[in-house]
Amino acid sequence: MKYAYYPGCSLHTVNNNYDKSCRAVFNALNCELVELEDWNCCGATIYMSIKEITALAVAARNLALAERIGYDIVTPCSSCYTILNKANKYLKSNNEVFDKVNLCLKEAGLSYNGTVRVRHPLDILVNDIGIEIIKLNVKIPLIGLRIANYYGCQIVRPEKGFDDRENPMSMENLFENIGAEDVYFPYKLRCCGGMLMTTYQSSSLNLTKEILECAQENGADCIATTCPLCQMNLEGYQNKINRIYSTTYKIPILFFTQILGVALGIDVGELGLEQNFYKCDKLESLYKVSLNHQK
Amino acid sequence: MTVESEILPGVHPEKEVLLRNSFLYRTKVIPQGERIKLCIQCGTCTGSCPLSYAMDITPRKLIALFRAGDMESILRSKSIWICASCYTCQTRCPSLIKVTDILYALKRTAMEKKLFNKNIPTYALSYSFMKCIYKYGRLNEAQLILRFYLRTGLWKIINLIPLGIKLITKRRIKLTSEKIKAINDLRKIIKKAETFELPPEKEELAYIPEAVGYKAVS
Repeated sequence: MKYAYYPGCSLHTVNNNYDKSCRAVFNALNCELVELEDWNCCGATIYMSIKEITALAVAARNLALAERIGYDIVTPCSSCYTILNKANKYLKSNNEVFDKVNLCLKEAGLSYNGTVRVRHPLDILVNDIGIEIIKLNVKIPLIGLRIANYYGCQIVRPEKGFDDRENPMSMENLFENIGAEDVYFPYKLRCCGGMLMTTYQSSSLNLTKEILECAQENGADCIATTCPLCQMNLEGYQNKINRIYSTTYKIPILFFTQILGVALGIDVGELGLEQNFYKCDKLESLYKVSLNHQK
Repeated sequence: MTVESEILPGVHPEKEVLLRNSFLYRTKVIPQGERIKLCIQCGTCTGSCPLSYAMDITPRKLIALFRAGDMESILRSKSIWICASCYTCQTRCPSLIKVTDILYALKRTAMEKKLFNKNIPTYALSYSFMKCIYKYGRLNEAQLILRFYLRTGLWKIINLIPLGIKLITKRRIKLTSEKIKAINDLRKIIKKAETFELPPEKEELAYIPEAVGYKAVS
């Protein structure tokens, strides 16, 4: 299996641990990710709110590049995933817009016919590779690790994608099958505030605090997330939340690929675990026990 | 008040028609955007919205105001800038209205007609974002934040110093931006696309059935 890998801007900067762990996990499962050459920013939700055709054209350049090499796109960032899918849908449903965008792409010698599918790594792990294959490759079963599975808003919404829009279960199925325990976490799709953390911070802090509170109350060892922005908001602003709301949260916020990577026996350095702000003691002890075992 | 400027039932003042046209033109790009006419005012959108408590006009009211013919209040509201695009309203709407995408259309209309407060930070952020992409083709968070605070008040950046230091020690910040190789191609695409962002043509303004309040709901 080969996919055109579209990391997205934040995976090359602030969330490079997501990038590392994603590549490592796919590598361990013998699934090849070819980075899409010279990809550009998808435009995120922000571009769409200023200029429509331009936003679609900027996103479509990536789709056109992927179409040229003939692979489907896989992108770990929830925002890129939504935007690229949205661009695909808008273009296919409206011929007038499709023609306009193709005229724009023509300026750069590109064209797009609408054949590329945009996928998320979680979708590929669960539905293409399959949980059975992953189970066979597990070296360290995650016995006793209590995970709050946090999907964030944009991976299963707005259109029906690879999982349910109100109660997705992909991550739960994946982690339960490799020994972990999922905690009751009704806030798994609750918005963290996204970019509002920069613009309307007090509202966003409030939302983020509720998510942390829910995970803490239900006894989670860590929160597993699929979105770079959610990870940044939940992790980077925990100190501020503790100060404002007089709380004492120290919840590790890990990417789901980092947790899966540990289970697959990948070196923690390769997963960028030391780059997270809060250590997950439980996950670390599982890893250390297995190291001692090997010796 | 002269007779001409009085609001007659089923007829909108000229300014309203202009704003409505511009907005409806944008909803046409949205797949099934015309479903806005099918709102049953159930309030599921407002009830689902995690940020409705901070809005001056909630999503349900926005649609009610659209029907009542008060585009200006909608476009001047803070609500459209508070939306975090979580798509919960759009997922749950029983009439399948594309609420979040409609909010995007409203933002674009407000910007085109310059009917918003320049102090709204979301605008500064969007603008800085656009500049970054035009310059490099990719986004660098550090640069975006710097540009944003240069527009909205540099002193506020002090609050971000602890987080910034932590990110640097964890090797998670790059200060230099990655530039894509085909940046000139991307700029050509953007320039061409901007020529398509045209406001609706004048002829369309004469009469449109959607502009006539409740008559639009058959």
